[in-house]
Amino acid sequence: MEALDIARWQFGITTVYHFLMVPLTIGLGLLVALLQTLWHRTGKEEYLRMTKFWGKLFLINFIMGVATGLVQEFQFGMAWSEYSRFVGDVFGAPLAMESLLAFFIESTFLGLWIFGWKKLPARIHLACLWTAVVGSVVSAYFILVANSWMQHPVGVEIVNGRPRMVDAWAVFTNNTALVAFPHTLTGAVAVAGGFLLGISWYHLWRRRRDGIDTVDGQGRVLVGESATIPGRDKTDHAVWLRSLRIGAVVAMIAFAGTAITGDMQGKLMFEQQPMKMAAAEAACHDGTSFSVLSIGDPGSKNCSDVTAVIEVPGILSFLAHNDFTTDIKGVNTLVPEYQAKYGKTLPDNPIYGDRAGQEIQYVPVMAVTYWGFRMMIGFGGLAALAALVALVLVRRGTVPESKWLMRLAVFGILAPFGANAAGWIFTEMGRQPFVVAPNPQFTGIDQVFMFTAAAVSPGVSAGELIFSLVALGTVYAVLLVVEVKLLFRYVRGGVAAAMPELAHGAQGKKSNDGDHNGGASGGGAGDTDDVLAFAY
Amino acid sequence: MQTLPTIWFVLIAVLWTGYLFLEGFDLGVGMLMKLFARNNTERRVLLNTVGPVWDGNEVWLITAGGAMFAAFPLWYASLFSALYIPLVFVLLGLIFRAVAFEYRGKVNTEQWRNRWDWAIALGSFVSAFGIGAALALTTTGLPLNANGDRVGGPFAWFSWYAVLGGFAVVGFSLVHAAAFLALKTDGDIRDRTQRLVTRWLPVGLLPLVVWVVLVTYRHGQVFSWLLVAVAAVAAVAAWRLARQGREGWSFLGLGVFLLTGSAALFGSVFPVVLPSTLNHDWDLTVSNASSSPYTLGLMSIVACVGIPLVLAYQGWTYWVFRKRVSSSHLPPTHDVLPAVGRV
Repeated sequence: MEALDIARWQFGITTVYHFLMVPLTIGLGLLVALLQTLWHRTGKEEYLRMTKFWGKLFLINFIMGVATGLVQEFQFGMAWSEYSRFVGDVFGAPLAMESLLAFFIESTFLGLWIFGWKKLPARIHLACLWTAVVGSVVSAYFILVANSWMQHPVGVEIVNGRPRMVDAWAVFTNNTALVAFPHTLTGAVAVAGGFLLGISWYHLWRRRRDGIDTVDGQGRVLVGESATIPGRDKTDHAVWLRSLRIGAVVAMIAFAGTAITGDMQGKLMFEQQPMKMAAAEAACHDGTSFSVLSIGDPGSKNCSDVTAVIEVPGILSFLAHNDFTTDIKGVNTLVPEYQAKYGKTLPDNPIYGDRAGQEIQYVPVMAVTYWGFRMMIGFGGLAALAALVALVLVRRGTVPESKWLMRLAVFGILAPFGANAAGWIFTEMGRQPFVVAPNPQFTGIDQVFMFTAAAVSPGVSAGELIFSLVALGTVYAVLLVVEVKLLFRYVRGGVAAAMPELAHGAQGKKSNDGDHNGGASGGGAGDTDDVLAFAY
Repeated sequence: MQTLPTIWFVLIAVLWTGYLFLEGFDLGVGMLMKLFARNNTERRVLLNTVGPVWDGNEVWLITAGGAMFAAFPLWYASLFSALYIPLVFVLLGLIFRAVAFEYRGKVNTEQWRNRWDWAIALGSFVSAFGIGAALALTTTGLPLNANGDRVGGPFAWFSWYAVLGGFAVVGFSLVHAAAFLALKTDGDIRDRTQRLVTRWLPVGLLPLVVWVVLVTYRHGQVFSWLLVAVAAVAAVAAWRLARQGREGWSFLGLGVFLLTGSAALFGSVFPVVLPSTLNHDWDLTVSNASSSPYTLGLMSIVACVGIPLVLAYQGWTYWVFRKRVSSSHLPPTHDVLPAVGRV
């Protein structure tokens, strides 16, 4: 493999991996802040427990996002130095703003939240969490501004062969970013909704299986208590049932949000990157039909191998233009248009190395765009449907005894993650062969573009890239296993895992180290509370 | 005419210095987890002193990198791609360290903690060393061609300056961390870290002093020698103050030492931001590596709002958690037992 291919695999792997943690951080952060707010408003014990339990899982996941985020910022310069030089005048700004205006806030205020339990006044403590959550949302905005500029370059003019920012307002209100932002946020919230739903289902199911909760002949739920196990009391039932319902409702609303924003995004993409959308549909010829099933050689970039098995006329046109009759340009029409505008072959520039003079493949890998698009929608829709079914099934106050339904609910956690990953793979792979995509119609500045083949670091060897890919890949794999095991451990531990004070209470002894809670309100302050809430 | 790029050069120097000042002590605390702490209780005390702040400190690095990308894209691109292998190690070190901070206390077994202790200690050492090496090479130069790309293969960046810079940041971090712990802990740990400072300060700071003097000797003007002099005075003062048990002032002295030393370094090489060791015509400078005035102007507005805000709320964080931590404060460790499947 050449350096370019390895660098692309590395970017893809590290980015998709990073984006396993990011949506859960954003979505779960919002929900934990909401739960803590509910606790403050109502004073109900179950909300405190929910805050503590989901907050613990949030932190286990958060740190992985932080750790892998560093790689993202560094590798533009490390592996993609030509890209960094080309786009630096416009692309660096949102990245710098992200750390200065958002990530600083997120990290600092999260530290205050973790270590400030009972140390800070309750309102300020809650405000710290909200501030951190707002930081993570703002951070997403800046990153999406940067990414959207690669999809739809605006606000620049070319000076000495490089884009130079002339209109910051245009860059920061790029219509691509303005729709990608709510789409990404709702996608993140959908992940958190499924997460709450699946784990709460598991706990309600275990409570039934362990004989704590029972259902009588009339179908009424009799909520019980375990005498020996800390935290498995009646409040515990409320914790899981409420979490499950919140998760399910949130998942459905979030899916509706992704659908609406996704539709807007799709319509923009038909204008901005017609080739991406044609490839998403495996649409070779002009037409109005949406493909339900097309098959072909999976590695193919060639239309002659694709056979449409099932098509619905009019739908594609509707997705793009809100009517059923406008023809959408297919791949076979677009390729000559792209060739006319951006050249048939890569220029004779040393930057392309052996690739100089080669024919440019304007069609992205269609198997990836076609199935990526469908997996995104399919996984997202399935998760929302499952959430609806779940709400109906738990209407009486607990979950069915079925083991298979429980497994489905737990595995269902993965669906929104899959939808997020598929969406990103689709949108980034669909942009190829460009790293900065030109926009042939309507908007954008047509001659601002960069081929991915020109973006890689010229001085960095394939060997170096293999080393980093193997090193990062191994470490990422190990850490994923560790994270998932830890999440399992804390899930199985229930609320008591996140609230050791529950265990102390159950054993009827109060630690003289002052590790007690000081009551459900959390307002009591022992000796230690004056220093900080020891989290490590 | 070169006002904006110069301002941004200063800002980036400030960001790197801020990073070394703040993360310096938590990198050092990380290394002291294995070098100094005797048992689990002491390690927990060490971790909790930096617990609320280390992540915020690390953002200074991300901001320094992001600001280089935004303000000097050619500097960012050349430096990061030329130092590919060392930066991979920096990243791996920072990844392990971050995850270890959070995960170490999550399972209550000796083996689990021991593994993460090594991750924290080695991760801190490797990243401190790598960042020091990278910064040293920024001041002494890399084999860059006219396009700013490294020539000569994956290890062509190596020079003894890299080793010197690595030890400079490691040594400074260790001393700085000991001074920080003397300020932030109570009881036995406080006494022992105090002794650590008085005993090791000259050795710990020596590599940084050598680096600063060498660079100043090669490029420096009168004002950089003045800064070196101030740095030397601050180092001696920090040492003496530590002997007198005035921990706060001693810690501050180390800060002044770092600030002036780093000002001498960055000031000496100015207006070059990254020299080429092959041909000085290919040096990256504040004028040929910077973004457009428009972008720099925009970023200046952002920095004027952002940096004071960051200083304010990070300062507040240190104020909130200002009290000393000691072994007697620690709550007992607890096991995470499965709640399910036990009736």
